[in-house]
Amino acid sequence: MRFILRAVLLLVLLALVLSLPSFASSYYLGLVIKIMIYALFALSLQLLVGCTGLVSLGHSAFFGIAAYFVTLLSPESGAGNMLWLLPGAMLAAMGYAVVTGALALRTKGIYFIMVTLAFAQMAYYVFHDTALGGGTDGIYLYFRPEIRLGDWVVLNIDNQFVFYVFTLACLLLTWAFLALLMRSRFGAALTGIRVNEQRMRAAGFSTFKYKLIAYVIGCGLAGVAGFLYAAKDGYVNPELLAWEQSGLVLLMVILGGMGRLWGAVLGAVALTLLQELFQSHALFGEFASRWHLTFGLAIIALVAVLPQGLAGLPEQLRNRRRSKSISPASAQ
Amino acid sequence: MTQTLLSAQHITRRFGGLTAIDNVSLELKRGAVHAVIGTNGAGKSTLVSVLSGELAPNEGTIHMNQQNITDWPQPRRARAGLGRSYQRTTIFPSLTVHENCRLTAQANHQHFWSWTPTSRCLKSNEAADRALELAGLSGFGDQIAGLLSHGGKRQLEIAMSLSTHPSVLLLDEPLAGMGSEETDRMLNLLASLKSEHAILLVEHDMDAVFRISDEITVMVNGAVIAHGDPASIKANPLVQTAYLGDDE
Repeated sequence: MRFILRAVLLLVLLALVLSLPSFASSYYLGLVIKIMIYALFALSLQLLVGCTGLVSLGHSAFFGIAAYFVTLLSPESGAGNMLWLLPGAMLAAMGYAVVTGALALRTKGIYFIMVTLAFAQMAYYVFHDTALGGGTDGIYLYFRPEIRLGDWVVLNIDNQFVFYVFTLACLLLTWAFLALLMRSRFGAALTGIRVNEQRMRAAGFSTFKYKLIAYVIGCGLAGVAGFLYAAKDGYVNPELLAWEQSGLVLLMVILGGMGRLWGAVLGAVALTLLQELFQSHALFGEFASRWHLTFGLAIIALVAVLPQGLAGLPEQLRNRRRSKSISPASAQ
Repeated sequence: MTQTLLSAQHITRRFGGLTAIDNVSLELKRGAVHAVIGTNGAGKSTLVSVLSGELAPNEGTIHMNQQNITDWPQPRRARAGLGRSYQRTTIFPSLTVHENCRLTAQANHQHFWSWTPTSRCLKSNEAADRALELAGLSGFGDQIAGLLSHGGKRQLEIAMSLSTHPSVLLLDEPLAGMGSEETDRMLNLLASLKSEHAILLVEHDMDAVFRISDEITVMVNGAVIAHGDPASIKANPLVQTAYLGDDE
């Protein structure tokens, strides 16, 4: 019964998302695209934080590297070919992940957080302080990449509706991929490592290898999000790699609910909408320019009220109802 | 016939200026329980950690099945047949009892690119069933591990160690915190495992140690002060002063 309910809910949601372009304005369509890109980005971090127990504060580096990769390597006179730009952007992010992960994964806990932050800052300053990517001004991507086989253009994502569907497909594929991964033996081992790495080593799992592979996969998927972000805005700057960006996506994962894939998606939706809400002049007038304050207060309130994140809310409510129904009986 | 499965020679481990284990040698044979006893801080747990590969020794060599494994990392030793349990229970509390064992059993069937769900890994499931049966937990497979009694959790800890088909078992205080009934059950379990495994038992419960062991090594301040069968250890005046107490 629950399965059917879930399936129906999912279908309704999918139908809503697919029909959205027919009634939403271009602004709101852009907003939904942004949310989907952040959802993909948060999903990639969920694999590390919620599934493997690797709290990284440097995830923006891989997002940014991929975004710069596609922008720098796209020709200025026409659209680049996605068939190599997208895998290339992922590989660039994964390459940096192999090198930094091999070193960072030798540390644990708070040190891992600091080392990942440090490596992300290194990447940030490369783009910030050198002429490689136009320095602080950033650079433009004039044409969205297209899928081209020889002279045949298979897919052109210039049209916003097409780009919307393309982003949705990327998000759903990533989600399905991660869900399958977590159900596999590899995913089971990751869960074990998150709960008790010592026990897993004692059983015979070379946990370093597992963590490195998970790290590289997560960073490669962050690269997909970075690729989409560059294609969406047609503009990249070093702020994509800034630690605020890593912090924001980490917040999405924590607020959405750690360990559950859809928690990451929920967190991305909630935080992006909250940002949008507090930035609204129509609602907050002059105060909207100080949106960081209200945004911060809202996050504190949400974390205090929802210790298990948004995804844990149904369980939290159920537990509360159960304890309420038990307490009068036990008082007798 | 007894067969030496694990042999440690002249193991020394220092932490800064402290020598936690000082030139310790011991052998573990199939069909025998070798107990290591000693006061708190005698270096028993450190010894288990060195043997299992969690800590590297500063000096000495370790051989398992005639192979020098001194430089092997812990996971490789585990896959070669060295199982261990922990003093502190290290089960996965939110998984079921069966899932706990299946997860550890999976260590012998690691396939990085296999997409079949872990629940359908036939070999891991079989190994888990067998381990649960050996540990006397057959009827508890579907229970959530975190809800087991303390004794049940300790049994599960052993079952998880057994799930990888080890030939050598290093058990760090398996009886800690157990009632007498639970202790009896655990000792019966260890006795039943003896024929197939070489067992190292670190334990504080002296009655249990003298009941189950075939060989006892006594450690004080990191060094071995006595080694022999239970009767000779009980009679050893050095052991009586250092560990069992003068008044006995």
